[in-house]
Parts: sequence; C-alpha cells; structure tokens
Amino acid sequence: MIDLSLILAAGVASGTVLLFAAVGEIFAERAGVLNLGVEGMMLMGAVAGFSVAASTGNPWVGLTIAMVAGGALSLIHAVVTIHLRADQVISGLALTFLGSGVARVLGDGLSNAGAIQTLPRLTVPLLSQIPVLGPVLFRDQSILTYVGFLLVPVAWYWIDRTRPGLNLRAVGERPSAADAQGVDVVRVRYAYVVVGGLLAGLAGATITLAISPGWFGDQTVAGRGWIAVGLVIFAQWSPIRAAIGAYLFGAIFRFILDLQGVRSILGVDNPFQAGRSATFFLEMLPYAFVVLVVVIGSREALRRRVGAPAALGIPYVRGERGA
Amino acid sequence: MIHLEPRGQPPFWLSPVLTVTAVVIALVVGAIVLALVGGDPVRSYLHIVDAAFGDIGVVSDTMVKATPLILTGLACALAFRMRLWNIGAEGQFLLGAWGASFVVLGLGLPEATPAIVLIPAMMLAGALAGALWGSIPGILRARLGVNEIITTLMLNYIALAWVQFWVFGPWSEGGFQQTATFPREAWLPRLTDFGKDIPFFSGLTTHLGLVFALIASAILWVVVARTRWGYEMRLIGDNAAAARYAGIDIRRYIVVVFVVSGALAGLAGMSEVAGSVHRLQDRISPGYGFTAIIIAYLAHLGPWRVVLASILFGALILAGREIQPSGVPAMIQGIILFCLIVADVFTRYRVVAGRPAATAA
Repeated sequence: MIDLSLILAAGVASGTVLLFAAVGEIFAERAGVLNLGVEGMMLMGAVAGFSVAASTGNPWVGLTIAMVAGGALSLIHAVVTIHLRADQVISGLALTFLGSGVARVLGDGLSNAGAIQTLPRLTVPLLSQIPVLGPVLFRDQSILTYVGFLLVPVAWYWIDRTRPGLNLRAVGERPSAADAQGVDVVRVRYAYVVVGGLLAGLAGATITLAISPGWFGDQTVAGRGWIAVGLVIFAQWSPIRAAIGAYLFGAIFRFILDLQGVRSILGVDNPFQAGRSATFFLEMLPYAFVVLVVVIGSREALRRRVGAPAALGIPYVRGERGA
Repeated sequence: MIHLEPRGQPPFWLSPVLTVTAVVIALVVGAIVLALVGGDPVRSYLHIVDAAFGDIGVVSDTMVKATPLILTGLACALAFRMRLWNIGAEGQFLLGAWGASFVVLGLGLPEATPAIVLIPAMMLAGALAGALWGSIPGILRARLGVNEIITTLMLNYIALAWVQFWVFGPWSEGGFQQTATFPREAWLPRLTDFGKDIPFFSGLTTHLGLVFALIASAILWVVVARTRWGYEMRLIGDNAAAARYAGIDIRRYIVVVFVVSGALAGLAGMSEVAGSVHRLQDRISPGYGFTAIIIAYLAHLGPWRVVLASILFGALILAGREIQPSGVPAMIQGIILFCLIVADVFTRYRVVAGRPAATAA
C-alpha cells in the first residue's frame, strides 16, 4: 500500500525549490525590478552547489557557493537595469541564457561525478507526532525544507510589518515618494535584486544538494525557474500565497514522478509509466497548470484592482516623470 | 561623479558602430571565460570560422541553419515591435514542424501525392499550427491581461512534450525517437537537386526555405514600414496610451500580431522538417526560438538586419555543435545579448562626468 503521507512529504520537499525561487523573485519585484533570470540563476546555483560539494565533500560549502553564484549573477542584472536603465525583460532573458550557458560549461563532465554528501535530514521531535500533518511536514525532511517553513513568515513579516519592508514597498510602488522620504532607491533595489539572486541560488542548490542530487544539464532545473516567476503572479506578490502555490506545484511534480514509476493502478496497466509515449501528457501537466494559475491570478488582479507593484519594470531616475 | 544623460537624436553611425563593438567585446569576453574554464578560445573561434565559412559547402550549411533563425527571428521582431514579449517562438516552431509532419504522416494521403500539392499543404499546416499556438497567449493577453512571457514559455514546454509524444509513440520508427523519412515529394527542393544541370550546386544543401525566409523579410519590411497597419502597430508599441486615444483597437492588434508571429515561427518549423531534416524527431530544434530573441534584438527589430544576424548565429550554431563543452554557444549568446543591451544604453544616453544639471528633465 502506498503511504500517502510519504508522497505528500516528498511534495513539500520538492515545493521548497519553488518556494525559495518565488520568494526571492517577490523581493526583487516588490522593489520594482523584474528579474526573468531566475532559471539561469537556479542553474548556476545548482551546478555551483553540486560541483563544490562533490570536490570538497562538504555540502554546506556547496550551499554557500551556490548562493554566492546566484547572487553574483543577479548583480549583473542589477547593474544593467538599475544603473544603466536597460529594459528589465531583455536583461532578465539574457541572464537566463548566460546562466544556463555558463552552468552547462561548468557542469561539463559533472554528470559522472557520482554520489555526493547531501545536506542532513532530520525529524522534529514533538511536531512530527501531530496526526496527519506531522509526518507530512516534520518527518525526515531535509534541513532546507525547514528553512523554507521559516522563510515564509519571516518574508511576510519583513515586507508587511517592518520599517525596511515599508521602504521596500515604497520603492516598488512610488520610488519618487520614497526618494523624497530619504530612502536610497538605488541601494534598496540593488539589495533586493541580490536577495532574489541569493534565494534563486539556494533554490538551485536545494535541487542538487537535497531533493535530487546530480547534474543533468538544463534538465536539472527543467523550467522550474520560470514556474517560480509564474507563481509570483499567481501569488499576487505575497509570500504566503507563494508558499501555497509552491507546495501545490511541488506535490504535482512529485505526483507525476511517482505515477511514472507505477506499472499498474488497481490492476489496470498504467499508460503513463516512464517509457510509454503517453507519459509526455503527464509531463505537460505542471506547465499547463502554470498557465491556468496565471490566468486565475490575472483575473483576480483585474477584479480586485490589485496587482503588480506600480513601478515594476520602470527604471528610476530622480526628477524624471513616469514613476 | 558619472551619470547618464539622454541623447536627442543619436548620430546615424552610432548604433551600427556600437552594435559591432558589442559583438566584438562579447566574443573577447567569451574567449576569456573559455580560457578560464580550461578551453582553448583561439582554436574554438578559428574552428567556428572555418566550420561555418571555410568553403562553399559549409557556407551552404550555414545558410541552412540561418533559414529557421530568420523566420523565428522575424516572428520575435514583429512581436517585440509592439512590445509583446513572445518568448514562445520555440514552441510555435515545434508545432509548425508537427503540423507539416501531420500532413505527411497523419492525413493518409495517397502514396505518390505530387509535391505541388504536398508542399503547399505542409506550409499551410505548419503556419496554421504555429498561428494556433501563438493565438493562445495572444488571446489571453488581449482578453484577460495575462502576462504573455509566462504563457509563451510554458507553451514551449507543452509543445516539446507534444512532439515527443508523437515521435516516441504513434509516429515512432522502430522504437527510435523519430519518424520515418518523408517521401521525396515532401522535400523542399535543394540546390544539390539541380546539380546535374549546374555542377557547382551539387552537394549544396541550401533549400527553398531560405527563399521563404527572404520573401517573409521583404513582406514584413513593407508591411511594418510602409502600411497603415504597420504604422498603427508601431504606434501601439511606442505609445500605447496615444494609440488608445487615437481609437486603435489595441486588443485586436495583440491577437493578430501573435497569430502572425506564430505563423512565421510555424513556417520555420515546416521549412526545417521539409527542407533539412526530412522527418520529425525529438530535439528537432537546438533552441532556434530562443536564439531568435537575441537575433531580433541584435537586428534592432529590422527585417533585413534579422537576415544578417541570423547568418551570424547560424554559423555559431553550426560550428558550435562540435565545440566542447556543449554550453559554450549558449554562453556566448548570453554574453552577446548583455553586450548589446549595454551598447543600446550608450545609444540612448551619453555618459557625462560631473554633477547632473540642475535643470534636468
């Protein structure tokens, strides 16, 4: 018999990847900078984390380097869009090209690196005894899963309840007003773009150091960076809604993987198992689902007249109209 | 203190000079990165030049690679002109390749259907399938304001899985990830097909798709630069608010531009299966639809410049297949794009030392 709580627990773990990437992108976008380079930054984090962990034998060093790699890549985007006022869309796309190219160059030969030491997994003593939720959330999860649990309330509190969070929102909504209040718009934007990069690097490392260790080229991330960007729209730029979306998609990814491994369901031959052609319809599912949730998010935004930060995508130049 | 000051009208030579400089700098940066990771940049670049332009045969092969790039590059350039971010040329290309293959493999046409029927049917099916795929993000954007970047990207992944389903499943030849080779009637004529009469052409694989691509460039140039439709489209791209006040139905333009863009990319897919590969297979595209984004940007969205940029990138893709590690072409593309972005900044702004003028803005 399949243990449902095991499947859901694996879904939570796989959702953690999307969670880090989406929350990082929320920080950048709340500051008014759209960064479409998440996929590239995640690939850099994934390859940096894996290769460093493989060569040093220490996954923590790998994790650190992965975040630095993601942050360094995001810094290019920050310079080009904030200082040079280039189009954020095209710069973000360039970042994805660059990140995936460099990651593939660095990852050359890594697919034969063999097993690495992954990050520790642990069971939380009391919480794992909670019926239903305990085994799903707190039993034998990677330490990064717990970091994800903590990140959501911290990100929400930071953005919605603190002074720096207020400045962050002001910079994303009305940079000229923030500037008049003495907030250093450029510095705030730089800071949160880099926070986004660090978290995207962490997301990439979560894949290669915790969820599914190994390097499979582009397929290591397989579009999950883009899914995270889509989730931000669905989440209406709220970390809490992003968490709901991330865990939902994590469960979907996990479900697909599990279903592909099953030969028969209740005695009926499973047409979706790996190696069968119908399995490709299963692989379409998460991407089709993203389109669906983005449509839902957009409709809601239209109806409630809420939506993207007002200055998203617009460079800020003191004294110029437009923001 | 250094700051940027907007230029008025930049001198006419500035943009081309900066663009070429950007490409050169990108190649130098690429060489440095290559050397850092232990490659041999000089050999890699010489190899690219030799493998892409070394003799008439490889020049012809470069043209074969440039053909789908021109068509997908035009698809992106058209959409970008209206500030519609169609990142989905890759998926529209795949659907176009599938649609053309469907005419050959799925319609049950009689064995010896002549080329004169088959080829136009494949063109139509390819363009239609691409247009259909492009219309989805177009309609969602026009009707519901759904971000087209996300939808076009997601549709790429779905299109890839769709093609994989057919080449692994119903159309698989002997369990391989490809269909059977198409009958000769479904092949676009190549230069080598005329080798008997003109010996110079024998062995050259450049095919009729290149002519489609050049015709499409010409049509697009006329339509965008010389017609009322093109004028209104450019107006929307430059100033959507002004276009709305002028009574232009922006939502209709969004859908139409996405459909035309998708059709162009779909035609690229048709031209690739009918002109070059002669079958549908997994990995039919080495990322043409993504390279097309860079091409459109490098070309400053001009149809004729798209042709030139496509030849450059065709060479990079052709020669890049043999370069190890395999990520080098993608990396160089990314660096080129960043250098172009910075070059674009210097076209629009001048760098001024000193404090900003008090009367700025």
